[in-house]
Amino acid sequence: MKAFTYERASSPTAAATAAQKHPGAKFIAGGTNLLDLMKLEIEAPAHLIDVNGLALDRIEPTPEGGLRIGALVRNTDLAADERVRRGYGLLSRALVAGASGQLRNKATTGGNLLQRTRCPYFYDSNQACNKRQPGSGCAATDGFNRSLAVIGGSDACIATHPSDMAVAMRALDAIIETVQPDGGTRAIPIADFYRAPGDTPDVETVLAPGEFITAVVLPPPIGGTHIYHKVRDRASYAFALVSVGVIVQPDGTGRVALGGVAHKPWRIEAAEAELPRGARAVASRLLADAHPTEQNAFKLPLVERTLGAVLAQAKGGAR
Amino acid sequence: MKFETPAPPNPIDRQRVVGRATDRIDGPLKTTGTATYAYEWADIQPAPAYGHVLGSAIAKGRIKSMNLRAARHAPGVLKIVTADNTWQLGQGNWNTARLLGGPEIQHYHQAIALVVAETFEQARAAAALIEVDYDEAEGSFDLAALKDTAAAPERGRGAEDASIGDFDGAFAAAPVQLDATYTTPDQAHAMIEPPATIAKWDDDKLTVWTSNQMVAWGVADLARTLQIPPENVRLISPFIGGGFGGKLFLRADVVLAALGARAAQRPVKVALPRPLMFNNTTHRPATIQRIRIGATPDGRITALGHEGWSGDLPDGKPESAARATSWCYAGPNRISRTRLAVLDLPEGNAMRAPGDAPGSMALEIAMDEMAEKLRLDPIEFRRINDTQVNPETPGRAFTQRKFIECMQRGAEAFGWDQRSAQPGTVRDGRWLVGYGMAGAFRGSPVGKSAARVRLDSRGWVTVETDMTDIGTGSYTIIGQTAAEMMGVPLAHVVVRLGDSAFPVSCGSGGQWGANSSTSGVYAACVKLREAVAQKLGLNPAEADFTDGNVSQGGRTVALADAARDGELVGEDAIEWGDITKQTQAATFGAHFVEVAVDSATGEVRIRRMVAACAAGRILNPKSARSQVIGAMVMGAGAALMEHLVVDKRRGFFVNHDLAGYEVPVHADIPHQEVIFIDEIDDQSSPMKARGVGELGICGVAAAVANAIYNATGIRVREYPITLDKYLDRLPDMA
Repeated sequence: MKAFTYERASSPTAAATAAQKHPGAKFIAGGTNLLDLMKLEIEAPAHLIDVNGLALDRIEPTPEGGLRIGALVRNTDLAADERVRRGYGLLSRALVAGASGQLRNKATTGGNLLQRTRCPYFYDSNQACNKRQPGSGCAATDGFNRSLAVIGGSDACIATHPSDMAVAMRALDAIIETVQPDGGTRAIPIADFYRAPGDTPDVETVLAPGEFITAVVLPPPIGGTHIYHKVRDRASYAFALVSVGVIVQPDGTGRVALGGVAHKPWRIEAAEAELPRGARAVASRLLADAHPTEQNAFKLPLVERTLGAVLAQAKGGAR
Repeated sequence: MKFETPAPPNPIDRQRVVGRATDRIDGPLKTTGTATYAYEWADIQPAPAYGHVLGSAIAKGRIKSMNLRAARHAPGVLKIVTADNTWQLGQGNWNTARLLGGPEIQHYHQAIALVVAETFEQARAAAALIEVDYDEAEGSFDLAALKDTAAAPERGRGAEDASIGDFDGAFAAAPVQLDATYTTPDQAHAMIEPPATIAKWDDDKLTVWTSNQMVAWGVADLARTLQIPPENVRLISPFIGGGFGGKLFLRADVVLAALGARAAQRPVKVALPRPLMFNNTTHRPATIQRIRIGATPDGRITALGHEGWSGDLPDGKPESAARATSWCYAGPNRISRTRLAVLDLPEGNAMRAPGDAPGSMALEIAMDEMAEKLRLDPIEFRRINDTQVNPETPGRAFTQRKFIECMQRGAEAFGWDQRSAQPGTVRDGRWLVGYGMAGAFRGSPVGKSAARVRLDSRGWVTVETDMTDIGTGSYTIIGQTAAEMMGVPLAHVVVRLGDSAFPVSCGSGGQWGANSSTSGVYAACVKLREAVAQKLGLNPAEADFTDGNVSQGGRTVALADAARDGELVGEDAIEWGDITKQTQAATFGAHFVEVAVDSATGEVRIRRMVAACAAGRILNPKSARSQVIGAMVMGAGAALMEHLVVDKRRGFFVNHDLAGYEVPVHADIPHQEVIFIDEIDDQSSPMKARGVGELGICGVAAAVANAIYNATGIRVREYPITLDKYLDRLPDMA
């Protein structure tokens, strides 16, 4: 870990301003990902801006009938919130499928969206990684890539985004609210939030320098049956091989989002039109442009089978 | 004391303390955080500086140059130790690769420098500033590709081939045959406490507080490595946060802490960071195993062949998986072959039940496959081929072998009769449900073990031996042994372990620790009883030690009286004579597992596990059970997830942290039941016990594999059994 300076932000705008003033600064909230990365010097911010004191830890109704989730709401609290459990079961289920109880107690809503990939080569600074060290190459493409992306990647990077929460947020059409150093605000649909790796996998989101997430807004509940199925090698505390989040309406229409397959939660709205034709049709459309490796090609049939099971479960009205 | 003939009745047989389920006497220290693990000795003066290890970034090659300038000038840095600036080191008897590399690099993350600084953070930050210029060489990293280059290990460096009868002829002639190949991956010990050491020099005397299973080996190899006299080394290791074989040997933390302390003229503490553990230390080597079984139609094995391939660094050792078959089942014609390839991966070495754990992963699937070919229940097939003598040396009978009882008792407790012999036929909603079983076999070696026992004027007994407790419960069974022998309550026994100043024990490994070390304490207590009797004017052969008193011929004297003029001491060692060559001491068990496999996703969930074990006298049923259930968890991990993934281009284990190297979590482990078959083994030792710590892992993974087969009809011969290996063979989705 490199030595760094530290400050506590007094307001969201002040946090953004401070970040702009110190190039390479990082916001720290729960620190569940950032601190590990700093110990390995994968992240080496010269300046940390502690945002924990900002009053962004509330979940409030919006005039439209949705919820505004403060960026500092802890994963545990978000998953347990009665309004979330009633109207956004998918989000609650995705959250508790992630990490461990201790980590969820610390991890925040904003931080969860910004957590970094778990590609093993990203974590080993002796190895080539364009995300960690732009231009150094990608050791994963021809290396151990069983857990990595099957779609949306590039020659430069096939890392996956590890979040479960973001998969639910994507299915729920969440909006990410930010503040910029000049005090201006933006509302970014989560569909537009993550950037494809292309030639610059180190640039992961559309956030501008200094831009700070203040809240995530959920539109009004849409009803339906909410199921999140995370497939992994052990029963808990593991990243997804694939995860499937669905919201299925009584008429058979619905929404589908995937985790563990791409650099972002993967959803193609057009694929959802195939729902009446079943899992195979939806999965084919969702993963039509997939370029799996030999090691992770199993994710394609796994998505289809998991989606099939989840849709059958939804039809059975299990949840 | 030399154990040469079967043990007669002795005070242990009373089982007033021994054999009773007993809480760990060291438990309160551990639950209150006051047990001093290697990194936690707070009273060492002057206060230790911190050392941080830098590991090699390449697997094979040479360091062309190291630039230490920036690191030397970093805040807080006191010294930097490299092979270039320290003295010429020797090599420990138990080490294959050098513990401080450079200029030659033998494996990835081989230690190449230690940065010593005032704080841990300063040392770590400075280590990142060291610039190393490597000349990377081509290496050999792919066992499967190098299988055909593998050779028989040099004599004395691994299992020798065995051939009994005419295997080839018998196998060719067998009416029913199985010829199958299985693979097991490299595995990590992944114990919670990393290798860690505090080292301090007083002139030319070195003290290390460390975490080591084998104190005497550690002293000897540290002296050899540092080229100093062994009498100048003191090694203190009273508490060990897990070892599983990963702490049998001297490792880099000890050597580097010693070198760092010398260089900095100050005590130095070093712990290996988690991401370094997987490639810097040892691991259980991957194997390829071919098993051939020939049998008559009624299920008698006529030919049994087991061949194993593994790899290690030049001059390394094989994983002797093929030896797992040497005495498990009968069969007049048999071969066992062990082949070793040269790999430039990190050093392979012992991990819980080396040889037998991976060997049984293959053999016990093969037995299941063969039973199916024969249309026999897997238990029946094993029963038919039980043997009461070592089939390689039929003159050697087992001291006790209650393998059939293990299967029967386990089957009863598990409800094996409810198993559907037809795979893939039991459903519970979306889940496919299956039952599997496997035999468990593990040798029960013994080793010389000494102890010293003191009686004080309170009538309390203090035991001192360099035996270690790696979480196994050694403190407690040693205390129970002394309490039983001296007739005092366990609360009046003080047990002091893990210090090279104490008599040399067998140490902890190979499941020899419990039987051997308590036998050593038994021997020392016999000496102390003699001293007590002599002091009190009693006949030691007839004196009875009970409830803090000594009685003989109608006279009863308080035990404490014997020490009223000063402490009495008994010291002795147990050794074994030819009895261990005339008989075969081994432990047996049977594992039963119920799994459910998600018919859609292929996810496996273990639902129940039952183990029945026959391991001689169970000294402490509570800690023995903990050993077995812990081993069953490890076996579940081996079956379903544990896998050090080799990057075959750059030669290292890629998933080198606990996020990438998955071991079971609570949610993976269901209800576990352990049954101990009553046994008193008078041919094993005065304690009439055998080992149990490694028995529990042998066969577990195969039982899981067999249950998955029973659930799905899918046979996976490549561990770990992850869903990507069989997703395409699951039933079509409706």
